[in-house]
This record gives sequence, C-alpha cells and structure tokens, in this order.
Amino acid sequence: MMSATTVFGLCAAAAVGLGLYGLIADPQPLRKILAFNLLGSGVFLFFGVVARRGAAAGFGGDPVPQALVITGIVVAFSATALAVALLLRLFEATGSATLHATQTGAGTDPTEP
Amino acid sequence: MTIAAALEIALAVLVLGMAAWTIAARETFAAVVGFVAYGLLLALVWVRLEAVDVALTEAAIGGLSGILLVGAAARLRTSGTPAVAESPDGMLRVAAAVLAAIVAAALAAGVLALPDPAPTLAPAVAANIAATGLGNPVTGVLMAFRAMDTLLEKVVLLLALVGVWSLAPDRVWGGRPGPRHQADPLGVLAFLARLLPPVGIVVGIYIFWVGADHPGGAFQGGTILAAMWLLVMTAGLTDAPPVRLRWLRLVLIAGPAVFLVVGLAGLWLGDGFLSYPIAYAKPLIVTIEVAMTLTIAVTLGLLLAGAPERSA
Repeated sequence: MMSATTVFGLCAAAAVGLGLYGLIADPQPLRKILAFNLLGSGVFLFFGVVARRGAAAGFGGDPVPQALVITGIVVAFSATALAVALLLRLFEATGSATLHATQTGAGTDPTEP
Repeated sequence: MTIAAALEIALAVLVLGMAAWTIAARETFAAVVGFVAYGLLLALVWVRLEAVDVALTEAAIGGLSGILLVGAAARLRTSGTPAVAESPDGMLRVAAAVLAAIVAAALAAGVLALPDPAPTLAPAVAANIAATGLGNPVTGVLMAFRAMDTLLEKVVLLLALVGVWSLAPDRVWGGRPGPRHQADPLGVLAFLARLLPPVGIVVGIYIFWVGADHPGGAFQGGTILAAMWLLVMTAGLTDAPPVRLRWLRLVLIAGPAVFLVVGLAGLWLGDGFLSYPIAYAKPLIVTIEVAMTLTIAVTLGLLLAGAPERSA
C-alpha cells in the first residue's frame, strides 16, 4: 500500500510535468506565469515530502526543509508579482500581451510623450 | 485501505485535476480561478504532510496570488484584444509533452527511490531549539539557524518592489500605484472593508505573535495585514500612497534594516554575523519579527497595487 508521502510525491512529480508542459506549449505570457508557478509548487511539494519523511525527535517533519519551502514560496510570489507587472506594462505600452516580436508595435509606447 | 489513505489519494487526484485544468482551460480567466483553487487544495496537502506553517503560508500567498492574477487577467481581457490566433504549433506541443512526461517520470522514479531511513536534521533542531527561546522549530530555523535565508528573502521582496516601481512611465514617476478604485460606498464591498479590517488586524498580529511557539509567524501575519489594507483600498475607502513618500520607504526598509543591524551586532556581541547572544535571543528575534511583519505587510500591499500609474 502506498504511504501518504509516496502519494503526494507522485503528485508533485505530475505537477512539475504539467507545469513544464504549459510553460513551453502555451504561447500566452499570463498562462506561462501560471504554468511556472505550477512547476514551482511541484518542486516545493517534493521538498515537503522529503521533510515529512525526515520526521524525528518528536517533530512531524524535518523543520529545515519546511522553513526553506516557506522562503521559496515567498520568493516565487515576488517573482510572480514582478512578472505580472512587466506583462501589464508591456500590454499598456504595445496594446497587446504577446511575446511574438512581429505582433508588438516595437518602439511605440503611447504612454510616453 | 484506511479512510485516511483514501482521503489522501482523493486529495491528490483533486489537486492534479486542478493543475490539469489550469493548463488546459481555454479561457485564461478560468485557468486563473483553477490555479487559485489548486493553491487552496495544496494547503490541505501541507496539513497532511504535518507542515502547518507551510500550509498557512500557502493559503495566505494563494489568496494574494489570486488577487494579483485575477486582476491581471481582467485588465488583459477588458482590452478586447482579439485572441490573436497564436497558433499552437503541433510539433512543439508534442515535443513539450514528451519532455514533460520524461521529467515527471524521472521525478516519480526519484520519489519511489528515496532513501530509507530518510536523512533528517530534526534531531539537530530539537537539540538546539532551547537556545533560541522559541517553541516552533520552523520559526527557529527561519529566524536563527538559517536566518541568512530569511534576511535575503526580505531583500528579494524589496528588489521585486523596486522592479515593479521602475516600470512606471516617466510622467507618473513616484506617483500612486494602480487605478483609483471606486466602489458603491453603501455596497457590500465597502461594508466588508469597514467590518473585516479590525478583526483581520487582530488576527494578523496574533498569527505573528503565536509564531514563536506555534504555527504562524511574521510572514503569515504580515500577509493577512496586507490583505486587509488591499481590501480597504479596493473598496475605495483609502487611496494607495504615492510611492515617493519618505515614511513609506522607511517602513519598507525597516524589516531588513533591523535584521541587518542585529546581525552585524552579532559580530562582536555574539559568535558571528546573525548569531544572537543566547541570553537575548528571544527578545532580539521578536524585535526583528515586529519590524519584518510591518515591512512585509506594506511590501506585499504595494506589490499587488502594482506600478505607479497616477502622478497625483
């Protein structure tokens, strides 16, 4: 029978796979940001499984990887907020949110005088 | 199979279903909603993994990510940009699927081959936690044993905010972030924005305070405070401050600055950078956390408010 750590570990592996696929295959930048977060959360979950397996000394899990995951979640959120701000600025400046060079009005920023 | 095991498998299936929905949904808005649901379900997984501190962080950040991404999806959609036929390249999709499957399979093999007994630092933490005066081992790791990570994490938050601000066009440089929110002053949103913050502020401070001995901490508490501030701003009861304000910038650097000063003081009062004299470890850690909670709340609030868009 599978233990909880195995179930969630496989879940983490699948989340990484789904995120990686979305990151490469979806052309829309916002969807890429979502997919990247999915990939990252899979990595965190993998680390969480490692932490749970390290339960010892009366703790339910190894607190060191748990603390590292918290730091990781915060850093991932910072990166997401910056990426979203970049995307919104790109949209404001070119009128479209696409990464295709041919479709952006290169060099025309209507918000600048 | 026990009930707990069945629940875990059901939870894992739900989480993966939401993940697949986030990737496969046609509408970006639907994908974002799927991602938020995924984050909340993941918080339940963290509880099952005995990581309640992580679960609190995941739930708090999941909420903020939801605000951020739903807002972005709405702004990108209102444009009425025709969904440009960014044709999905068939070959690319197949190649990406194959690559993703290989990576996932390798990771799955890794999960099944994890060493037994697992390596752990839990006994080392248990042996040294008393010196910090803290009862929550995760807070002990964050604030003492790996304080450097936490200090740098705060700097990263600040750098992200500097990055967001520097996207402002010249004419609104240093101005107020985001659009001015308008809401019916007698509506539900404005009502909630008056009702919830007093409760939310108390809960936020409580979560920060109990973090010393129980699940919680500066980051989780600060996130709740940020959410309350955002609620009041969204309801139009207050406006986002212009980012050029001196007091605002002082609050933003307060957390990392106090952390750094205490860390440097450790060079001659303790055993080295970021080491606390044992007799004062707990008060020093709480001092750092008070400053950090405030800084985190303001930083997160402004990160979500976005780049300056108005000069007034």
